[in-house]
Amino acid sequence: MHSKTIAELGAAMQAGEFSSVELTRHFIERIERLNGDLNALITPTPDQALAEAEAADRVIRSGQAGPLTGIPLVQKDIFCTQGVKTSCGSRMLDSFISPYDATVVERLKQAGTVSLGKANMDEFAMGSSNETSYYGPVRNPWDQNRVPGGSSGGSAAAVAARIAVAGTGTDTGGSIRQPAALCGITGLKPTYGRVSRFGMIAFASSLDQAGPMTRSAEDAAMLLQAMAGFDSRDSTCADQPVPDYSATLNDSLRGLKIGLPREYFDAGLDSAVAASIDGAIGLYKQLGAEVVDISLPNTALAVPTYYVVAPAECSSNLSRFDGVRFGYRCEDPKDLEDLYKRSRGEGFGAEVKRRILIGTYALSAGYYDAYYLKAQKTRHLISDDFKRAFETVDVIMGPTTPTTAFALGEKTDDPVTMYLNDIYTIAANLAGLPGISIPVQPVNGLPVGLQIIGNYFTEGKLLNVAHRLQAETDWHLQTAEGFA
Amino acid sequence: MQWETVIGLEIHTQLATRSKIFSGASTAYGADPNTQACIIDLGFPGVLPVLNESAVDMALKFGIAVNAEIAPRSIFARKNYFYPDLPKGYQISQFELPIVGKGSIGIDLEDGTHKVIGITRAHLEEDAGKSLHEDFHGMSGIDLNRTGTPLLEIVSEPDMRSIREAVAYARKIHQLVVYLGICDGNMQEGSFRVDANISIRPFGQEAFGTRTELKNINSFRFMERALNYELERQIDLIEGGDEVVQETRLYDADRDETRSMRSKEEANDYRYFPDPDLLPVEIGEERLQRARRGMPELPDQKRQRFESEYRLSAADALTLTLSRAMADYYEEVVASGGDAKTAANWVTVELAGALNKAGLDLTQSPVSPKQLGGLLQRIADNTISGKIAKQVFEAIWNGEGDADAVIEAKGLKQITDSGQIEKIIDEVIAANPKQVEQFKAGKDKLLGFFVGQVMKQTQGKANPGQVNKILMAKLKD
Repeated sequence: MHSKTIAELGAAMQAGEFSSVELTRHFIERIERLNGDLNALITPTPDQALAEAEAADRVIRSGQAGPLTGIPLVQKDIFCTQGVKTSCGSRMLDSFISPYDATVVERLKQAGTVSLGKANMDEFAMGSSNETSYYGPVRNPWDQNRVPGGSSGGSAAAVAARIAVAGTGTDTGGSIRQPAALCGITGLKPTYGRVSRFGMIAFASSLDQAGPMTRSAEDAAMLLQAMAGFDSRDSTCADQPVPDYSATLNDSLRGLKIGLPREYFDAGLDSAVAASIDGAIGLYKQLGAEVVDISLPNTALAVPTYYVVAPAECSSNLSRFDGVRFGYRCEDPKDLEDLYKRSRGEGFGAEVKRRILIGTYALSAGYYDAYYLKAQKTRHLISDDFKRAFETVDVIMGPTTPTTAFALGEKTDDPVTMYLNDIYTIAANLAGLPGISIPVQPVNGLPVGLQIIGNYFTEGKLLNVAHRLQAETDWHLQTAEGFA
Repeated sequence: MQWETVIGLEIHTQLATRSKIFSGASTAYGADPNTQACIIDLGFPGVLPVLNESAVDMALKFGIAVNAEIAPRSIFARKNYFYPDLPKGYQISQFELPIVGKGSIGIDLEDGTHKVIGITRAHLEEDAGKSLHEDFHGMSGIDLNRTGTPLLEIVSEPDMRSIREAVAYARKIHQLVVYLGICDGNMQEGSFRVDANISIRPFGQEAFGTRTELKNINSFRFMERALNYELERQIDLIEGGDEVVQETRLYDADRDETRSMRSKEEANDYRYFPDPDLLPVEIGEERLQRARRGMPELPDQKRQRFESEYRLSAADALTLTLSRAMADYYEEVVASGGDAKTAANWVTVELAGALNKAGLDLTQSPVSPKQLGGLLQRIADNTISGKIAKQVFEAIWNGEGDADAVIEAKGLKQITDSGQIEKIIDEVIAANPKQVEQFKAGKDKLLGFFVGQVMKQTQGKANPGQVNKILMAKLKD
């Protein structure tokens, strides 16, 4: 039951083979049995899930079911969920019960999905290993001594471990694609503005984007269909029609032009991972695609640019967590300054504080031009690289990450090495482009992700390209031992 | 030493939009604390601002009115600082690219001089909440109803050279924003708040002196007092061999003094940067044209029209156009049949005096412009004299009906029958032989006595012109 695709589950429920309640119970049972070690969920919501499943069953019986009716999934704990703790992986919001639903949550509810709970994540989405979570690290189902990636590590691990059919994620510098790669699932970061940010706790507003984390591109198409579209509550949300993503999944790839940026196959890339990527690209050639070498000359600027822009925005976005209106407040504050200092000092973890400090510094008088303004300029250069590339190619391919999943604790003492894990994913955020990561040939039993980057609003093309490979291979169907 | 005063003003005007600048919550004043703050105003996790376009339209009106450059593309920025009544930890404002750029406005002083004051910029921003430091037993109360109310901050050039000029400028801006309908102008409720930058320098010196910024000025009277106090303080400092420190000073109206709030060294580094949650505000030619078409007549235009159309004196035209309400009232009086010049007198003297005495605002006037027009018509057609008209006005004020009804009910119609007037004059002359003799001996002043006697006999209803004419003829016999 837990290995079926969304389409298969929908058909089975509509045919009366099992109900959404039965399906949901099955996943609740798996969560109870398997989540303890994985720590993929911060807040399981079984009661809510069963109530939603009952409602879904009524809809199915009435013949009004949509493609997602009754499908159990998990929500990354960065999305506000009315009446349910929304922690963002932080002690700061450990006591925060959101009074409203994020647009993504609202839309998935309207589509009839069932929420099994809130998924673990790096604190305020700042991290690439899920180790910065106040609720402890998530373990990678493929090797529990390894990280699942981050920041959407809980959603990735939950989908990989088949304790949820799908999950929502958010991606600011790779937070959907990188954990998808390390956990062997499919993760899509849409074009900036494709999915509403309303109700998604902001990390870096100009980079954050929500997207689906699923077992296949086919499932991702269905989930994105429900998530995407204009929202008047988010000024940066694009007022553009949402195409039918499922309709183009099987389009032919004959004549597809794939660009391989030489900067993405440099010395930092693990050779076994490179071989795996090459293998997948060979398959695309067999499917009729044409492969050309391209250059994205400003690739090396992506990480430094990102680590100015993202912290600068986060230093301001996280100012609202001041212990005054909601969230963590220190005991017995002496005065206002003490309230601020201790509430924030005790409520935030080390990585969050590090980024707030970097960002505050970058925006300070006398440093603004040298850091923030310069980063805006290099951000333009990076966007221009892609603009030029897409004049000649349809999609860009490369590895999602330089290596497979690393060990828990391996990089926690060295933030810069940790940051370099996002070296291939960050540029798409800076340029606002969509990107998808899909599993390819594993290395030593650990998943490897192929990243496909497209031009603005070409999610349909990315899903099509991903799906055609998945139709020919079974990497995305492989399940970690103990979770089949 | 002769000192020259240099003043520049920053005026925060609350824009009269129904909802807040970035949320749908109401902006109405006076609700119970924290009942008009939604999750967006409260800065809850995950919420996002959406710009209220009517705030932009109002800013455009102001920009057009002061002949300012309108930015085709302006940017919202975040001004970062921590304070409990600032929920997000930053204020959304405009910094490098404000919507309204350089403009200017003319002011007229009482001595008749006209001066043009430069406007540096005007930008849109959100208001903060209020911190209440009393009645909370050593704690502070926070009321976030005001949070997110749209403000247009109007920054002047340091062009004012006296306190009188500063007050005239502030009044002029106040008049303008109320005329434009973009601000209710209520200073008590904080809808119009003035911060004043003031410095002094020896006459003839080009360089500016060190300035101080005065805050918490909520009336024009206090503005004058605060500036006077500060001017004296700065002169005393410098003449006493000390220096003025650049700082923000708070005006305390109860003690009539300013005191230091924070110095330049303590000033925040606001870490402004463009707000990534909001798109740039693009003002196209079409929108600008629409705004121009929607402009009301401005005070100066109205004043000039009053002078030419109604042939009013400059002083009357100025007084009548001080507020849009008064100008509208006046024009309705004229439209209802009042003579333009007489109407000007009645509106600025009789009506204004009565309202003042009763402590009423023009909008609360018991006498409608139509009623006043009707009254003035009866003066014009000689039904009543100007003197009797005051009596009729009082009756209208007291709710006894329109002019005609009052004249009818009280029998105040003027006596214009020469035979009747002659008869009464004959009686008066017969009854006062001594005074007639004195008058004939050259005591001209006694004419008033005879007029008074006639009026007494007729309860003031005799037509004064006819009385004079007949009296003169009879007395000179």
